[in-house]
Amino acid sequence: MSNLWKISGEGRSAVYLPELDVPETAVPQKLRRKEEPKLPEVAEMDLVRHYTNLSRKNFSIDTHFYPLGSCTMKYNPKVNEVTASLPGFRNAHPYQGDKHSQGAIELLYNLQNQLSAVSGFDETSLQPAAGAQGELTGILMIRKYHKEKGDLELRNKILIPDSAHGTNPATAAMAGFKAVEIPSDDHGNIDLAALKNECDETLAGIMITNPNTLGLFEENIEEVIDAVHAAGGLVYGDGANFNAIMGIVKPGELGFDVMHYNVHKTFTGPHGGGGPGAGPVSAGQLLKDYLPGPIAVKEGEVFHLKQPVKTIGRMKLFYGNFGILVRGYTYISMLGAAGLKDVTENAVLNANYLKALVKDSFPAAYDRSCMHEFVCRGDIAEGIHTLDVAKRLIDYGFHPPTIYFPLIVPEAIMIEPTETESRETIEAFAEALNKIAEEAVNAPELLHNAPASTGLKRLDEAGAVKNPVLRY
Amino acid sequence: MSFISNMKKDRELMLNKIGISSVEELFKDVPAGKRFPEVVMPQALSEPEILQALSRMSAKNASAECYDWFLGGGIYNHFVPSVVGALTSRGEFLTAYTPYQPEVSQGTLEAIFEYQTMISELTGMDVVNASHYDGATALAEAAIMSVRSTRKRNTVVVAPGLHPEYLEVIETYLQGLDIQLTFGEPDDGTAGYIIQNPTFTGEIIDVKAEAEKAHEKGALLIVHTDPIALGILESPGACGADIVTAEGQCLGVGINYGGPLLGIFATTSKHIRKMPGRIIGETIDQCGVKGCVLTFAAREQHIRREKATSNICSNQGLAALSAAIYLAAVGKSGFKKVAELCWHKAHYAAAEIEKLEGFSIKTKGDFFKEFLIETPIPAEKIFGNLKEKYIMAGLPLSRFKDGNSNEMLICVTEVNSRKQIDRLVSALKELIL
Repeated sequence: MSNLWKISGEGRSAVYLPELDVPETAVPQKLRRKEEPKLPEVAEMDLVRHYTNLSRKNFSIDTHFYPLGSCTMKYNPKVNEVTASLPGFRNAHPYQGDKHSQGAIELLYNLQNQLSAVSGFDETSLQPAAGAQGELTGILMIRKYHKEKGDLELRNKILIPDSAHGTNPATAAMAGFKAVEIPSDDHGNIDLAALKNECDETLAGIMITNPNTLGLFEENIEEVIDAVHAAGGLVYGDGANFNAIMGIVKPGELGFDVMHYNVHKTFTGPHGGGGPGAGPVSAGQLLKDYLPGPIAVKEGEVFHLKQPVKTIGRMKLFYGNFGILVRGYTYISMLGAAGLKDVTENAVLNANYLKALVKDSFPAAYDRSCMHEFVCRGDIAEGIHTLDVAKRLIDYGFHPPTIYFPLIVPEAIMIEPTETESRETIEAFAEALNKIAEEAVNAPELLHNAPASTGLKRLDEAGAVKNPVLRY
Repeated sequence: MSFISNMKKDRELMLNKIGISSVEELFKDVPAGKRFPEVVMPQALSEPEILQALSRMSAKNASAECYDWFLGGGIYNHFVPSVVGALTSRGEFLTAYTPYQPEVSQGTLEAIFEYQTMISELTGMDVVNASHYDGATALAEAAIMSVRSTRKRNTVVVAPGLHPEYLEVIETYLQGLDIQLTFGEPDDGTAGYIIQNPTFTGEIIDVKAEAEKAHEKGALLIVHTDPIALGILESPGACGADIVTAEGQCLGVGINYGGPLLGIFATTSKHIRKMPGRIIGETIDQCGVKGCVLTFAAREQHIRREKATSNICSNQGLAALSAAIYLAAVGKSGFKKVAELCWHKAHYAAAEIEKLEGFSIKTKGDFFKEFLIETPIPAEKIFGNLKEKYIMAGLPLSRFKDGNSNEMLICVTEVNSRKQIDRLVSALKELIL
């Protein structure tokens, strides 16, 4: 590790601050901190070298194929960075007033409409900061709906298929619901009998990831939605996999009541090493008035920010992760409806092509056409685990896919190539997987000892918990 | 174009390999009646067209660099050194994701480990997580954590002085949970006692005394603070805080019309297993070389499912990176200097405004960079009038529920020169002449 404190020298700084140009006012001694924070002290060049060299220790979309399943690691256009940095976006303040923020609110208004158009919902709020917060938003909206109808006491459970996203059960719990898992059938669909068994008067709703985390489109989606609605429940859509259905089907038309998007997945907000994302939420007639706000409205030629009438409240400060929303808006505006459909078709084609290229060495867990991703297993030979395959991929110059998720496939490998990868890249990745399958049999030590090409070898994660060192 | 490299010829070859004749066949699982709907959207724009359209939209907004800027209220116009953007925009940082594979993510991991270290130094707390969406969601999760960390207590008490929008976010987060939110003083049923320091209207409060008050009743003290103020003020950790949250936007993140922000979250070692969010820890590899990994994952949603400490998954990684670079760039002496510049300039501004007939300072006791003034005419009127002179005077409290229409919150930072402050004071004076 390259320790900034070790290259520090007293008094060094990389910032040129203005000199004091007003009379001093003494700081009362009782307020002053006893010990100054020990921050590094480096000159600008050393700082730049330090972080530039750190960045080079990362795999990223800009440097490597990064097929992390359910994360949609597609190319992030550079034009997004330019638009997000325009001074009137970057230096606008949330309290400068609607009158002096007409451009920003117009952008929010247009983006709300774009999202509603492609998903088939009536209204969209851009406030949630991330997918998980979008989920919480949707479930709180369902909660408030039942509360106003007076049957929240009774309706205390949310159904979650075992093929749903990992955050869903924790989200249901944060909204005060009991999470009930629904198993999948042997086609990778929601088990209809098990579902109908839970569709009773205690049902508040269901959280459906469609396509699910197996990369499969729910074949009985309309029947599932009808069963939940018939029991008085509402249907939440986890839109993390929205890249698979743009222009193919509108969740609003399928009967979903509310859904979130991940701007950092589908709409090219950069993943930023973990965030910031943005998790807008759209709703249909039943729930639109419960959306968190403020949301942008247009009256005549003037734009305003307003809270929906029955809103669940604010999910976060101000108007959402605006800088990320500018990027999403840039992208959607450049693609238009036809471009978004192209995205989906190519994403799904790439996934199916890759699935076909590796079908002998890594057969998909479910033998169906997949959508934007597919799941296979990594225990391909005696003594070989998914982790070994994943680490060996690093030696071939690829970021590993998502591993050990979804939980319903043992030793899962979840691969999402995205539409922006070329045929040649997909083929190179498939070739690496096929070679690894051979190595697993002929030279398993190559997998057990992988990665061999990186500065650091496999790290002791258990040791990190046993002896926690959480700062320098 | 859609940023896709595969051409028709590639697609034909791929379809052939899959064994189908058209892409449409891949969507046969989608209900036929709902398949391929019409999507009505404006015409797609080329790159020059979108750049022009968005430049024009951007130009319709007031933007801080064109004004003498005294508007704060939770989002502050602090200087962002050029080096921050230059480094965070590197594709290796910008386009990586959560560092699930540590061998190829050491850049992100080490940088966040530095962030945890520097925030630990600022706050005086043992443990810092890898960030929340913003200060308000961090504070809401701190409230929830306090209930999980204390036995048989489910009340969270909020002291006066909390930012009104923060309160709204906490109320949203708690609506589904069995947690009561009350106001005033902690009592025997209190799990967490929330104070904001400095308060929304700028007062610096005695955190030590508040900590004693909380601990006497067996409650956790949750302090929400301004990181820049910690260049001068005693750290909340040293005052006895159990959980510290802060809005880290001021640490190199920028204003961005209020987002992305940076939710800072810190606590003591004792409470680490109850803490939400990602944590980076140091460990060694097979050869004994030091490196970093995501750690304490057993608390998190993908492992503990509905029993997790939170559903948080993505964070504000790039904003945390900005904060790390910012703090490393200003460094130990620079950080103190930023805080002192804010202090002196804010106090100069307050003293000059207080001299004006009809104006008075409403913030009681000590303040840091922000103070409340009473205005002889409605503050919203002052705001509108000074805006025309390219002065963003401050935040009229009438914008908030029950806000007094003759009160305005003024914020002064290191970027405000004496000339700017003098222009503000003259403009206020002219208004009442």
